[in-house]
Amino acid sequence: MQQVVIANRLTDGVVVFLGKDRRWVERLEDCPPTDESEEANALLAVGAKAEEDQLVVGPDLIEVNVSDGAVVPVKMREAMRAKGPSIRTDLGKQAGN
Amino acid sequence: MYEYDEFDADFVNQRALQFGRQVQSRLSGDLTEDQFRPIRLMNGLYLQLHAYMLRINVPYGCLGSKQMRKLAHIARVYDKDYGHLTTRQNMQFNWIKLADMPEILLELASVEMHGIQSSGNCIRNITADEYAGVAAEEIEDPRVYCEILRQWSSLHPEFSFLPRKFKIAVTGSEKDRAVVKAHDIGLRLHRNESGQEGFEVFVGGGLGRTPFIGKSIRDFLPTEHVLSYCEAILRVYNQLGRRDNKYKARIKILVHEMGSEAFSERVENEWAEIKDTALALPQAEIERVRGFFAPPAYETLPDQDPGFDAQRKAEPAFALWARQQLARHKVSGYAIVNVSCSPVGKPPGDISSAQMEGFADLADAYNFGEMRVTHNQNLVLTDVRKKDLFELWRKLVELGLATSNHGLIGDTICCPGLDYCALATARSIPLAEKISERFADPAKQEEIGEIYLNMSGCINACGHHHVGNIGIVGVDKKNTELYQLMLGGSAEEDASLGKILGPGFDEDGIVDAVENVISTYLEMRESGEKFIETYRRLGPDPFKDRLYSAPA
Repeated sequence: MQQVVIANRLTDGVVVFLGKDRRWVERLEDCPPTDESEEANALLAVGAKAEEDQLVVGPDLIEVNVSDGAVVPVKMREAMRAKGPSIRTDLGKQAGN
Repeated sequence: MYEYDEFDADFVNQRALQFGRQVQSRLSGDLTEDQFRPIRLMNGLYLQLHAYMLRINVPYGCLGSKQMRKLAHIARVYDKDYGHLTTRQNMQFNWIKLADMPEILLELASVEMHGIQSSGNCIRNITADEYAGVAAEEIEDPRVYCEILRQWSSLHPEFSFLPRKFKIAVTGSEKDRAVVKAHDIGLRLHRNESGQEGFEVFVGGGLGRTPFIGKSIRDFLPTEHVLSYCEAILRVYNQLGRRDNKYKARIKILVHEMGSEAFSERVENEWAEIKDTALALPQAEIERVRGFFAPPAYETLPDQDPGFDAQRKAEPAFALWARQQLARHKVSGYAIVNVSCSPVGKPPGDISSAQMEGFADLADAYNFGEMRVTHNQNLVLTDVRKKDLFELWRKLVELGLATSNHGLIGDTICCPGLDYCALATARSIPLAEKISERFADPAKQEEIGEIYLNMSGCINACGHHHVGNIGIVGVDKKNTELYQLMLGGSAEEDASLGKILGPGFDEDGIVDAVENVISTYLEMRESGEKFIETYRRLGPDPFKDRLYSAPA
């Protein structure tokens, strides 16, 4: 099971992921998932600390699938968060804004 | 329209400044999310899937052109150039930054607007008939009492921490456009045999996971007692409503579990204690508030306008729009104009900044500077001279606001669903878009006639699916969207709850299923029969048989 940490950024609510070097990134593509539960828990602890430090809100581990190098959340809800509204493809991450 | 006095203005300004300071405390780390959440919710600020969402109250759906321009400005500067009209007559913005909130609230306060009590376990925005004050068949203008209730319920100290949210709707017409029987309290203004004005009082209506039609607990409540009686209801609810289980905390569960007679008795006892206190409304106060809703300076006009008649003959698209979108006004020579915000293939209720500004200009030019928001996620111009209709229509066409589908299948009610909402379990807007595309042909829509199709992306029912003639609710089944179809709901004076017809459908299947139900109706209806009438005559079986026996 591949996982990443997702959250909303405190200041603007934008969805962020815990990426390389444990920095928060806006694009899921920039966030290598982990299949080790120990690493996942360590990432979640980083998320919890970031929440304490007023950087993010609601850090959580989500499951993702990786195929052909693309990372896609398993749950529709998280897929929506990673891309933006399906009915406004001109908005959100899918549109680069 | 009601205008703030110095107390209202000061109160809203103070609250804007206070919330601004609370936002700063959150950003600086003095407040945790757990501490901040109830504060932001009491100011209408949610954290949704993509960003913060701000819900701004439009009191009983009444909006001035200056306010609409301010909403356009907020959409353009602080959001992504559009807003969303909600099923409770409010406006929502989907992409708000927390750091911008202090500025946004001051902008809103400058035009007498705010988000206070648009969320949280308190009395929410009072909703009303969008034709209030102008409907030909209206008995009394409900806005007077909406405003009195708004003032009473704003920061009411006893009712700021209710077991759950609380929604009040008021109508003053026989025809119920305010869905009063699906509210925690529904008030229907009418006159008794001696001509005295009063309310029939419904309690315990509501949709969500446990839907109920409200029970009438009083046939006639003299209007001067509206505050004391509502206070008595809220007091009983506040004392006895469940706080142990969020899903059983609404007043509808209390009324259901106690029985409406026992509930009503408690209310009457409570009321007897407080009815003659300061809560009794002096007639002079009612008249003072009524003054804010005095009719505009109508001209004396013949009811027939030869130009309007000729323009309809000359321009079929205008004639179609006039047939669908106009309602009868109480004043000769004027019309009520329904403006659809559900264009074919687009999200119901979404409106761009440019449309908001253009519409505000039209309200100034043709409608005394005012407009209404409806729970059907549309807009209304209440006072248009018939001789101005053609010109107005041409400008609405330019703004992309001239869709002719009022009360037809293309004019759906639809919650934001999983495209935006953190509570949703399935998307709803794509279905609304597909259904309006499937039935895009205006002639087909006219042939089908009056029908209400409501859909929600989860059981919380913001899209009012239980009271749609056709209702659709999306659920998550093993990470796939599944849509259940229900028939037989009504949101009007004959309110009823729809019943699920059978197994659910996938996204494409549900659109086919709706079409199947419609074709069954068209075949089986008797002359002049509306969809809901045919359904009530025949029951679900013919629809079920046809739908589930169809070859796969």
